[in-house]
Amino acid sequence: MPSTHLPLLQVVIPLLAAPICIILHEKTLTWLFTFLVTLTSFIIACLLFQHAAQDQVLTYAIGGWAAPWGIEYYLDRLTAFMLVIITGLATFIILAAKHSLETEIAADRAYLVYCAYLLNLTGLLGVLMTGDAFNIFVFIEIASLSSYALISISRDRRSLYAAFKYLILGTLGASFILIAIGLLYAVTGTLNILDLAERLPEVGNSGTVFTAMVFFTIGIGLKAAIFPLHLWLPDAYSYSPSIVSTFLAGTSTKVFIYVLIRFIFTLFGIELSLEQVGMNELLMLMSIGAILYGSFQAIKQDSIKRLLAFSSIAQIGYMILGISLATAAGLAAGLIHVFNHAIIKVSLFLCLANIIYYTNTDSIKQLAGIGRRMPLTMSLFTVAGLSLIGVPLTAGFISKWFLIKAAMANGYLAIVAVIVFSSILALVYIWKIIEVAYFHPETEAVLQQTEQRQTPWLMYLSLFLFIGACVYFGVQTHINVGMAEAVAADLFRLQP
Amino acid sequence: MSDSSLLLSALLIPLIGVVLILLTRSKSNLREAATLFSAALLIIIVYQLLQRVLDGAKPELTLFEIIPGLDVGFLLEPLGMLFACIASVLWLINSIYSIGYMRGNKETHQTRFYICFAIAIASTMGIALSANLLTLFIFYETLTLSTYPLVTHKGNDEAKRSGRIYLGILLTTSICLLLPAIIWTHSLTGTTEFTVGGILRDESNRTAIVTLFLLFAYGIGKAALMPVHKWLPAAMVAPTPVSALLHAVAVVKAGVFSIVKITTYIFSPTLLIELLDINLVLYIAGFTIIVASLIALKADNLKRRLAYSTISQLSYVVLATALLMPISMLGAALHILAHAFGKITLFFAAGSIYTATHKKKVSELNGIGYRMPITMAAFAIGSLSMIGVPPTAGFLSKWYILQGAFSIESWFAIGVIIISTLLNAGYFLPIVYAAFFKQPATESEKRFNEAPIPIVLALSFTAIMTLVLFIYPDFALRLLQPWVGGLS
Repeated sequence: MPSTHLPLLQVVIPLLAAPICIILHEKTLTWLFTFLVTLTSFIIACLLFQHAAQDQVLTYAIGGWAAPWGIEYYLDRLTAFMLVIITGLATFIILAAKHSLETEIAADRAYLVYCAYLLNLTGLLGVLMTGDAFNIFVFIEIASLSSYALISISRDRRSLYAAFKYLILGTLGASFILIAIGLLYAVTGTLNILDLAERLPEVGNSGTVFTAMVFFTIGIGLKAAIFPLHLWLPDAYSYSPSIVSTFLAGTSTKVFIYVLIRFIFTLFGIELSLEQVGMNELLMLMSIGAILYGSFQAIKQDSIKRLLAFSSIAQIGYMILGISLATAAGLAAGLIHVFNHAIIKVSLFLCLANIIYYTNTDSIKQLAGIGRRMPLTMSLFTVAGLSLIGVPLTAGFISKWFLIKAAMANGYLAIVAVIVFSSILALVYIWKIIEVAYFHPETEAVLQQTEQRQTPWLMYLSLFLFIGACVYFGVQTHINVGMAEAVAADLFRLQP
Repeated sequence: MSDSSLLLSALLIPLIGVVLILLTRSKSNLREAATLFSAALLIIIVYQLLQRVLDGAKPELTLFEIIPGLDVGFLLEPLGMLFACIASVLWLINSIYSIGYMRGNKETHQTRFYICFAIAIASTMGIALSANLLTLFIFYETLTLSTYPLVTHKGNDEAKRSGRIYLGILLTTSICLLLPAIIWTHSLTGTTEFTVGGILRDESNRTAIVTLFLLFAYGIGKAALMPVHKWLPAAMVAPTPVSALLHAVAVVKAGVFSIVKITTYIFSPTLLIELLDINLVLYIAGFTIIVASLIALKADNLKRRLAYSTISQLSYVVLATALLMPISMLGAALHILAHAFGKITLFFAAGSIYTATHKKKVSELNGIGYRMPITMAAFAIGSLSMIGVPPTAGFLSKWYILQGAFSIESWFAIGVIIISTLLNAGYFLPIVYAAFFKQPATESEKRFNEAPIPIVLALSFTAIMTLVLFIYPDFALRLLQPWVGGLS
C-alpha cells in the first residue's frame, strides 16, 4: 500500500527538493518548483490528517529498525493537526513569495531563499513527525540553521545583527534541549518518546529528571519565544524579508509549542510534569507576563512588522496560557489558538507584504492615508485585525471564547480579566494603524507612488485565501475545534 | 413568503440597499432613491412580519452553528417586533431628513454616510430579531463598528477624538463585561437562547446571577448608565441625522432594548426579585436620571443638552426594567417607543435650526419661533413628550412605570421620577418659551424662513406620530400583551 510510506515522504520530499532549488537556480522556476513541493507536502499532510482523525496512531520504523533501537516516526492526532497547519501555511505563503521577494532581496539570491525555505520546512515537519527525542533535536537544528539564513538574506543590513542574535539565543535554547534529552537518556537509557514515557514513572521525580525539566523548559522557552525569553523575536521578524517574517510568524514558534505539549503530556506525563513538579504554574506566570508585556510593547511601536512581532509574543502567551490551565478544555483552547493565530497573523503579515511591495516602508507614520491608496489591502487588514482582537464571526473570537470558558471552568477570574484586558490592548494597537491609514492625510511616501503600481494577483490570491480562512473558521469550527478537542482528550486520556 | 424568508429579508434588505447605493454612487439623486427604496421595502416587510406576530406566529430561523449548541439564529418575539417597527419606520423618515440636511449643509463623503447608515440599520435588525445572546452580541458589535465612520464623519481632530471615545467605551464595555457575562451564562446553563421565563433559573447560583445582572447592565454600554455614558455626549460632533440615528433609531435603543430583552428572557424577573437584596441597577439608574438631568440643565449647547436628556431618558427604561414588575416592564417597552419618536423630533428640530441659521446654542434661540414656527412647534411637542405631559406618548410610558413603582411601593423610584419630571420641564420649557415669546435680536429674523422641505416634512411627521401614539397606543399594547403575560 503506497500510503504506508506517507509519514516518511512527508519529511523526505522537501529535504530532497531543497538542493534541487540550487540546481534550478532561475527564480521563477525555483518558485514554481517550491510551490509544487509544498503543495505535495500539504496533500500528504491532509491524507495523514484523515488517517489520524479515524484511527488512533500510525508508526513508521525508519529503515525497518524497530522502535526503541531504530528511529520511529509517530503520528497521532496532535501530529496530524500540526502537520496540516504547517504545510498549509507553507504552501499558500509561497504563492505571494515570487513578487514580494523581487522587491525585497537581490534577484540572483532568490533561489537561496527557496532552498532555505524548504530546508526549514523539512526541519519543522521532522520535529512533528519523529517519535525520537534526540531526532527532535536534530530537526530543530535543521529548522533553526535555515531560519538564520532566511533572516539574514534581507537587503536591510540590520538583519545580519538580528540573525546573529537569534543564532546565539537559538543555539543556546537548542543546547539546553539537548542537555535535557541527554539527562533523560542517562536515567532511562532510551531516546524513544513512548519508551521514555513508560520508563520515567519508574524513575520518579528524581533530581536528574527535575534538572532535565528545567533545562527543557528554558530551552523551549527560548525557541518558542515565551516571555521573558523572547528577546530575539522582534528583531528577527522586523528585519527579515516580508515573506520570511510571514512564514516564521506562522510556523516556527508553533512547532516549538508542539514540542512543549509533546514533552509535558506524552514524554513526562501529566502526573510528573503537572501534578508533581507543577510546570504549569511557571508557564502560567510566563504567559500572563507575555500577554501583558507583548501587548503593551506593541502599542508603542511605529514599525508595523515590529508591532505584529510583539503582538505575536502576546498571542504565544495565550497559547501557553491554555496549556497551563492543565485541563483538557484549556489544552484544546491553546491548540485552537495555535491554529487560528497562525491564520490570522499570516493574513496580517501578507497584507503588510502588499503594503511594503507598494511603498517600501512599514512605518505607521509614513503610511498615513494608505487606506485611500490601497483600499482593498487595508480593508482586508482591517478584517484580519478585527480577528486578532477577537471580534465575532472571525477565527479570533472562537479562540477567545474557548480560552475564557476554560479559564472560567477553573474558576480563574483574574485570568479572564487578563484575557479581556489584553483584547482591549489589541484593539488599541490595531486601531492605531487603521486610524492613521484611513483618517490621516497622505504622506510623501504614499503619494509618490501615484502611478498605481498594481499589486500582483498572486499576492492577492494568497491573501484572499488566508482572509477567507479567518472568516471561515470563525463560522465553521467543526474541523479545527473538533480536532483540537479530540487531541486534548487523547492527551489527557493517555494517563490513567 | 414563508415566515423565515420574511425574517431573512428583513436582515438582507438594508444590505441590498448598500449594494444599490454603491452601484449608483456617481449619481446622487439615484443614490438617495436607492436608500429610500430599501427603507420603504423594509417597512413593507416589517409590516408583513407584524401581521404574523399579531396573529400569534413566532417566526424562527437558524443560519448556522458556530460551536455545537451555539448558533447564529433569529426569532421574532413581541419586544423585538416593536423595536424592528421603530427602527424601520424611523430609517425612512431619517433618510428623507438626511437628504435635506446633507445637501443643505454641503457635507462631503455622502456615499460613505448612506452606506454606513444602511449597515447600521441591518445590525439593528439583527439585534431586534436575535434568538440568542451570541447573535445579539455579534450585531451589537457590528452596530458599534458601522456607526464609527458616521460619528467621525467630519474627519477633523475633534471628530477623531470623539470617535476614539465612542469606540473605546462601547467596545471596552462589550468585550470586558458583556462577552464574559455571555460566556458565563453559557457555562452555567449550556445555552444562550432567549427563552420565555428565563434560562438562569437555578436558585443555587445566587451570587452568579446577581453579579451577571450587574455585568449585563454595564456590559451593554449603549444603555449609557453612568459612568459609561461619556460616549454619548462625545458623539455629538456627528452630523444631526447621525445623532438622530444614535439617539432615536438604533444605537441607544439597541442598548436599552438589549437590557429589557435580557432581563426578561435570560433572567427570570420573579427569581431576580427574590435574589436581589439590594437592587444596585435600580439605584444606579435613578442616580443617572437625576445627575444627567442636572447636567442638561446647565448645558448651553442645544445638542449637548439633548444628549444628556437622552442619558436620563435611557435610565428611565433601565429603572423601569430594574423594578422587575410586569407593568413597569411594559412601561419600559413603551418608553423605548415614545422616546424614539420624541427624541428624533427634538434632534430633527435642532438640525433644522442649524441648517437654517447655523445656531447651536440655547441662548441664541430667542424669538426663533417667528422664523421657524413649524420646527419650533414640533420641538415643543417633543419636549412635552420628554417631560411626560399629555397628549404625548411620553405620558403613557411614564404612567405605566409609575404604576409599577407604586405597586411595589418603591419610594426611591417614585421620587426619582417626580424630581426628574421637574428637571425635564426645567431644561426644555425655557427653550420653547424663548422661541415663541421673546423677541429676536433683529427685525429681519422675524420673517418666515424654514429649513429645506425634506427636513420640515420629516420633523412634522415624527411630531404628529408622538401625538398619535398617545391617542392610539392600542397597537403597541396589543403587540406587547403576550410578552407581558409571559412575565408573571
